[in-house]
Amino acid sequence: MHEIDPDFAAIPCRRLALAALDRARALGASHADFRLERIRSQDLHVRDGRLHGAGESEDLGLAVRVVHRGAWGFASGVVLDVDEAERLAETAVRTAEVASVMTSQAVLVAPEPVHPDETWISAYDVDPFSVPLNHKVALLEDWTMRLVADPRVDHVYASVTSVLENKFYADFDGTETTQQRVRMHPEVVVHGSDTSRGVFDSMRTLGAPTGRGWEYLTGTGHDWDAELADLPGLLEEKLRAPSVEAGRYDLVVDPSNLWLTIHESIGHATELDRALGYEANYAGTSFATLDRLGSLRYGSDLMNVTGDRTVEHGLATIGYDDEGVAAQRWDIIRDGLLVGYQLDRSMAQLHPELNDGRSNGCAYADSPGHIPIQRMANVSLQPDPDGPDTDGLIAQVERGIYVVGDKSWSIDMQRFNFQFTGQRFYAIRDGALAGQLRDVAYQATTTDFWGSMSAVGGPDTWVLGGAFNCGKAQPGQVAAVSHGCPSALFRDVNILNTAAESGKGA
Amino acid sequence: MAAPLPQDLVEHALASSRGDDCVVIAHDSTSANLRWANNTLTTNGVMRSLSVSVVSYRALEGGTASGSVSGSAATFEQVERLVAAADTAAESSEAAADAQELVRGPAGVDWHEPSAETSVAVYADFAPALGDAFRRAESSGRVLYGFVDHDVTTTYLGSSTGLRLRHVQPTGHWGCTGKTADLVHSAWVGGATRDFRDVDATAMDTELERRLRWSERTVDLHPGRHDTVLPPTAVADLMIYAYWLATARAAHEGRSAYSHAGGGTRIGETLSHRPVRLLSDPAHPGLETLPFVATASSSDAASVFDNGLPLQRTSWIEDGRLTALAQTRETATLTEQPATPPIGNLVMEVDGAEARTLDDLLAGVDRGLLVTCLWYIREVDPQSLLLTGLTRDGVYLVENGEVTGSVTNFRFNESPLDLLDRFSASSRTVPTFSREWGDYFPRTAMPALRVPDFNMSTVSQAH
Repeated sequence: MHEIDPDFAAIPCRRLALAALDRARALGASHADFRLERIRSQDLHVRDGRLHGAGESEDLGLAVRVVHRGAWGFASGVVLDVDEAERLAETAVRTAEVASVMTSQAVLVAPEPVHPDETWISAYDVDPFSVPLNHKVALLEDWTMRLVADPRVDHVYASVTSVLENKFYADFDGTETTQQRVRMHPEVVVHGSDTSRGVFDSMRTLGAPTGRGWEYLTGTGHDWDAELADLPGLLEEKLRAPSVEAGRYDLVVDPSNLWLTIHESIGHATELDRALGYEANYAGTSFATLDRLGSLRYGSDLMNVTGDRTVEHGLATIGYDDEGVAAQRWDIIRDGLLVGYQLDRSMAQLHPELNDGRSNGCAYADSPGHIPIQRMANVSLQPDPDGPDTDGLIAQVERGIYVVGDKSWSIDMQRFNFQFTGQRFYAIRDGALAGQLRDVAYQATTTDFWGSMSAVGGPDTWVLGGAFNCGKAQPGQVAAVSHGCPSALFRDVNILNTAAESGKGA
Repeated sequence: MAAPLPQDLVEHALASSRGDDCVVIAHDSTSANLRWANNTLTTNGVMRSLSVSVVSYRALEGGTASGSVSGSAATFEQVERLVAAADTAAESSEAAADAQELVRGPAGVDWHEPSAETSVAVYADFAPALGDAFRRAESSGRVLYGFVDHDVTTTYLGSSTGLRLRHVQPTGHWGCTGKTADLVHSAWVGGATRDFRDVDATAMDTELERRLRWSERTVDLHPGRHDTVLPPTAVADLMIYAYWLATARAAHEGRSAYSHAGGGTRIGETLSHRPVRLLSDPAHPGLETLPFVATASSSDAASVFDNGLPLQRTSWIEDGRLTALAQTRETATLTEQPATPPIGNLVMEVDGAEARTLDDLLAGVDRGLLVTCLWYIREVDPQSLLLTGLTRDGVYLVENGEVTGSVTNFRFNESPLDLLDRFSASSRTVPTFSREWGDYFPRTAMPALRVPDFNMSTVSQAH
């Protein structure tokens, strides 16, 4: 069990919070919360066995958010003293006064149980910032030298992003939490070419970003050595593979690809702020509007999707959100029907029918300088308890494609029309794999796609995927979020040939 | 006690470093934003940040190593910790592949001037007018959603080799989506500004009202290749992506659309048979941007060894020919080209189109489409620079030169490099703001382009 990082623990968070909250109270705010965060991150890039760029950064700051005269006010800064904490409270109140003139629907915050003094630390073994830089670089140099020595590989890039996040929160109600979590994103890409065909391409590792420590790179949770050893052969096969014939195919989608389809077509579509229009000018809205709760057939009867901020090693897993709400797990889609959303406290107050008037803990900001918004939980597709393994799904397909690894992704502003590519695509003929295909993209409308899900893999196929770079809001915020899913079978999906799409013919 | 000035933090860092050389970059920022939805304000913020990046350099056998550490830093003690971490990183690293002589130079005359600032007061005129717009929209069955942001960042770069460079960057942008009360039709307007003196909330709402009226008649149209007019904002959506991927390193290594088949880059090759120019210039009037390299860590197109290098007007494409790719001094040696680091603005011009407006382009269309903007643009195939994405917030049918109704949204699959050679008409270049990338790359000037066969691949039901 780890302890809160001593450098963070040494910051007088409580004293600063008290100063800010007292000032906000004295100025008449009806609600106020205080956050002090430190986010340490490190990016390492190694190319062909040599360090290509290393950077470390630390975002440390404090923020005060108030509700005053029925409007939000938010202010943030970087000077960690009592004067600044009070000044931020004053700026937040003054900003709320400017905002109140243009606020026609008064902001109210749903009540929450008070958590007076809680500490929460995520599950990891080795703090990545405790590992010397030269050890980390040496590991990536070794990985890339092994690969670039292979004649099938022209160039190889490896990168690792490590994040250590500390967060202190306190509010008017008396909740006070101190949290710490760690996440890692390793990635290796090999590039190659086939000069006889005039094509180049790449192949990337599938090991997902995860809420673990440095142990993730040295054997816990993923077998990097085995995956790296396979990359050159996979790349060579891809370069030589025939171009796909556009048309309709049955798809078996591997968890390494399906997580992103879940993220885009379910995760974002069931954010209540999108359904209510708050993101209409930027990230977009949702077809899954509130009036369709309980009646929207999202997908086939086999579709069960949960939101949670509790799964071990999940990137969106935490103890308490940025409004002091304890982490929860709940149903979003049950037997194919829309039954839930992701909520924050102000939306829970507006829609008490959703979670008994309580937030389900989906408010957070990406940094001390940004206001918390409704943000994504780990949204995951549940396996079929009696489902087959991936081979068992492939065996159910006469003519189809097996999709592995995510690559390109795009979906419309209401989360209807999406198009995805992948790291590799295999032809399925008569229930067995029959070699890789090139130039494949799958394109569908969300409810058609999930409606076509005719079999779901068993618990042994379930993998937690995810990303560090989910974008939302103005000013833009990034978030790290995980999505667990089994392999699954989809019938009769539209496959595009991307070479034909570019007008180059196939 | 007053907080130290950013210049003092930079000097303190330079004095504290035990490296052989050191570059320190400070960004002192203030920003204020307002966000609205459903004709009411939603969130807002007034933010201040001060970050310091320290790059420490250490000479060793066979070259020079570097170490980079950045962080929020408001005190001398915080800066000392950054310096110590950067020095340690440099000491535990081997010689860097991108090592070059550091840039030398005298101190700038404005070094000691204070940082420029903004506050919520920048919206003194805009905010009440926005409140009026909410009431007018509410009473006439329109719903407004939008965002305004103003940021002023002062950058200070100091080096152990004598550089003391300062630059003030005001950045502002505004955008508003309007929907009909039934939420079935949608329109968008937006733009960039340096100070909000030129942003008019009333005019914004009036234009949305006009565009939503275009949607009163809807027409069914199948996907396929359509005669399409891309307004400057949509051209910016596509060309920014083409610019971001135009690094000499990726081209030289044979992994981008700018790679020459069989090795090397495509610099010198004709991309378009039209008189197209694509350029960046830190001094471009109205789009002024950082005139020197200031980078905290090395990547494909940036090197910490180039810090302080002056940035000059760079033509990436001239008369349809690829003339430069974004590169460091290291890759410039590899490609035998001048060093042309990336610059924070982008301008596309088509010679001979100076007299034509967007309306002139529409006037020439018998039956085609006018797009509002593009969205969710992602690379599908790096070899052809094939991008996919969607139209957003209004696609209009143009018949006999006039907008006569609206059609559905579409998913497109297109390569911006192909479009440069396929467009049939262009307008003059005007300042514009990319819908998708503008929040991160706000300084652009683009023409409108008419593309006779734009590939609308499938229908999107989004509205």
